[in-house]
Amino acid sequence: MTSTLTHLQRLEAEAIHIMREVVAEAERPVMLYSVGKDSAVMLHLARKAFYPSPPPFPLLHVDTTWKFKAMYELRDRMAKESGMELLVYHNPEAAERGINPFDHGALHTDMWKTEGLKQALDKYGFDAAFGGARRDEEKSRAKERIFSFRTASHGWDPKSQRPELWNVYNAKKHKGESIRVFPISNWTELDVWQYIQLNDIPIVPLYFAAKRPTVERDGLLLMVDDERFPLKDGEVPVERSIRFRTLGCYPLTGAVESEAATLSEVIQETLLTTTSERQGRAIDKDAGGAGMEVKKQQGYF
Amino acid sequence: MEGPAYVTDALIAEDIDAYLARHQHKDMLRFITCGSVDDGKSTLIGRLLYDSKMIFEDQLDALQSDSKKVGTQGQEIDFALLVDGLAAEREQGITIDVAYRFFNTEKRKFIVADCPGHEQYTRNMVTGASTADLAVILIDARKGVLVQTRRHSYLCHLLGIRNLVLAVNKMDLVGYDQATYDAIVADYSAFAKSIGIEAFTALPISGFKGDNITGASANTPWYTGPSLVEHLESVEVNSARDAEGPLRLPVQWVNRPNLDFRGFSGLIATGSVRPGDAVRVLPSGKTSTVTRIVTLDGDLDHAVAGQSVTLCLADEIDCSRGNVIAAADAPPEAADQFEATLVWMDDAPLHVGRAYWLKLGTQTVSVTVQQPKYTVNVNTMEHLAAKTLELNAIGVAELTTDKPLVFEPYLQSRTLGGFILIDKLSNATVAAGMLHFSLRRAQNVHWQAVDITREAHAALKNQQPRVLWFTGLSGSGKSTIANAVEKRLNLMNRHTFLLDGDNVRHGLNKDLGFTEADRIENIRRVGEVAKLMADAGLIVLTAFISPFRAERDMVRAMLPEGEFIEIFVDTPLEVAEARDVKGLYKKARSGALKNFTGIDSPYEPPEAPDIRVNTVEMTADEAAEHIIKLLMPLK
Repeated sequence: MTSTLTHLQRLEAEAIHIMREVVAEAERPVMLYSVGKDSAVMLHLARKAFYPSPPPFPLLHVDTTWKFKAMYELRDRMAKESGMELLVYHNPEAAERGINPFDHGALHTDMWKTEGLKQALDKYGFDAAFGGARRDEEKSRAKERIFSFRTASHGWDPKSQRPELWNVYNAKKHKGESIRVFPISNWTELDVWQYIQLNDIPIVPLYFAAKRPTVERDGLLLMVDDERFPLKDGEVPVERSIRFRTLGCYPLTGAVESEAATLSEVIQETLLTTTSERQGRAIDKDAGGAGMEVKKQQGYF
Repeated sequence: MEGPAYVTDALIAEDIDAYLARHQHKDMLRFITCGSVDDGKSTLIGRLLYDSKMIFEDQLDALQSDSKKVGTQGQEIDFALLVDGLAAEREQGITIDVAYRFFNTEKRKFIVADCPGHEQYTRNMVTGASTADLAVILIDARKGVLVQTRRHSYLCHLLGIRNLVLAVNKMDLVGYDQATYDAIVADYSAFAKSIGIEAFTALPISGFKGDNITGASANTPWYTGPSLVEHLESVEVNSARDAEGPLRLPVQWVNRPNLDFRGFSGLIATGSVRPGDAVRVLPSGKTSTVTRIVTLDGDLDHAVAGQSVTLCLADEIDCSRGNVIAAADAPPEAADQFEATLVWMDDAPLHVGRAYWLKLGTQTVSVTVQQPKYTVNVNTMEHLAAKTLELNAIGVAELTTDKPLVFEPYLQSRTLGGFILIDKLSNATVAAGMLHFSLRRAQNVHWQAVDITREAHAALKNQQPRVLWFTGLSGSGKSTIANAVEKRLNLMNRHTFLLDGDNVRHGLNKDLGFTEADRIENIRRVGEVAKLMADAGLIVLTAFISPFRAERDMVRAMLPEGEFIEIFVDTPLEVAEARDVKGLYKKARSGALKNFTGIDSPYEPPEAPDIRVNTVEMTADEAAEHIIKLLMPLK
């Protein structure tokens, strides 16, 4: 081995260091698990960080009930393989009111995800939650700390973030306050893909191209995942070879037409493409350019 | 757009696996860009992202429309909009926080810390510099070396950045004039030498036009050195140098899945390790041998600085979070008194003598800071006398920790020499610090082990030592009630001593006044005396206003759990002021007495006192009776 580490070795070491700091200093940590490729990398890093012990915290899936079927399958399989406890949380109010992405738009994300996350963290009393957000995803993420401090009401104040020097993290907090921790902050999309390839990490098959039933709406190519998808008058699902660059609720997540069926091909397409990753998601477009920043202040991850 | 755009590697389309194989082996350089808005810093970073194809088409569309709406470059693309992240910043057109950006070239991956340049954002720059291998100092070619250039250079040097790049920007606006460039470089060179910067690399560039960013510019034929990107691709990264020192592994976490496995997890700060290596655990000094380097992918036969590992040792020796596993023949020192440079980062100034948390690597200890020896004017590098440190101030001071700290001078090790200070009440990160050296007297003062323990002292007196800490406003009745409590304890054959505020100020603390710093020192000394008396087995009563929670908590922390009893004499200000036994409130109201608690100096009431007495509803004797009842039994 040469004495100069590669960028991926350094990023891996940094993420593991962060996870161990949290476990050493927090009372009740949890890992947010959304079943996407970033979550897959996070789970793998956690297994590495604490080996031969299993990661000493549970996985929490704040579910909207509107994820792709393939996501639920992988989620249950990975929880079993890692030997970790899987907690699935559904916001009971959203369930009762029948909140769904077709009829409720932004309210769907707000109730199921933002409110659901806050409720779940409060219910279990987690004081530190790992998330897989990256700074290259979105402009306001670029300025968020690795240890991102939240008030007792889960608020984020971008103006009063704690200075974060070297790799010394301040995990002190008062009762009721919590910290969101982002171990892969410094990874790019390419890093995530390459790490998945080098470590042979299982991901949801929807990231790979295949023939799937689709409809086109408002410029988004949507996959008709099951019978809950209400077709509009005259809409007929069309088989297209598609894949997903990012996975969320299937009625909100746009697919891209693609023939990339292997990891190498997916990475190749990613590098050659000219649309950025989050464009397939409707969430960032709410509230203009500051969409994500506003959501984060309200407690969104 | 002029200048060659950074070409996406043709390999991506032709042979993705070959491209990935090469990308996989790239190393990583972290750098910081320093300059103010006007120097074109954001524009330069935007350009680097743009040229290395780190901007996607949809971002570019947004950029083009934003450029027309709020851009400062007329109809041309305003690269700065790509990197100014927060809404407030976009509106004000300034960068107010540290933002991290990423780009790749054929040879390296880069992380850029984009930091604001104004003096009020010194803390942000220090934050960005703390993780950087290299700094790009931007200068506007039309303006030359400015006060801010000196400040940025000083801060980067202070944070130990060895690779400095002087980027003379906006060369297009001075007609690519060599004489202008040479004069700026000569000017900067003289300054750099004066603050101890040994070497730097100067470049004439235009971030806006793209000159000498990725390749040689035809506009500067007189410049024959590397382009900015070429230079960034070739300098040595810190982690390569770190691998050469002796082994230092700060232990983060002890991995103990079952009785047969005990591993010590951490990130190797410097050096390297192999199974069979002799190691020493600090601060205990115990030695052992490394048996395994354990990972999920199988055991390693070698690990180096920058890797997160889990080590197993041959012997069952004490080793826990905060300890440092080091090369047995070259261990670091442990000490409890230091000189350090502090960069103050909080709105509330340093309280000299108050206890803060100090976190260094994986060690967290309690620390007090002496009055600064001096502060540094970051614009002129002059040393100034100072009583405290305000937001963004940089000063040198002595620190005392409550436990020995395993350390190395910051210049040798960022990990074992760099630390943060945390306020014990607000939990805010209030300062960053860099250790210089331990103070000699610390090494010569050792704890003397004694045979008669505090338990033995207490047993002889047939009582459990206590410190009954009375706190409350002046005139609230602390001394009267404490006196009444002591009389009762005395009648019960208890061994007691009453430390009274006024009396102590006639002797032990007669050198102290009533400023916030002196009040903190007053309580610290009283706390230490009370602790010695409790060690001697006494029940100590103290009657001091002790207005600050932090100091009361500091005394609580000095004593064993349960021995410190906080008694809040809860008398409202108007009642105490109406009593005005010593006529002090009158003086304070008239302005003849300064820093008087309750009038022009704050009183922070206990949030959860062990005992509360209300002197409006109770007489002093009733209060004393109430306290005694709650204290029983005293064994």
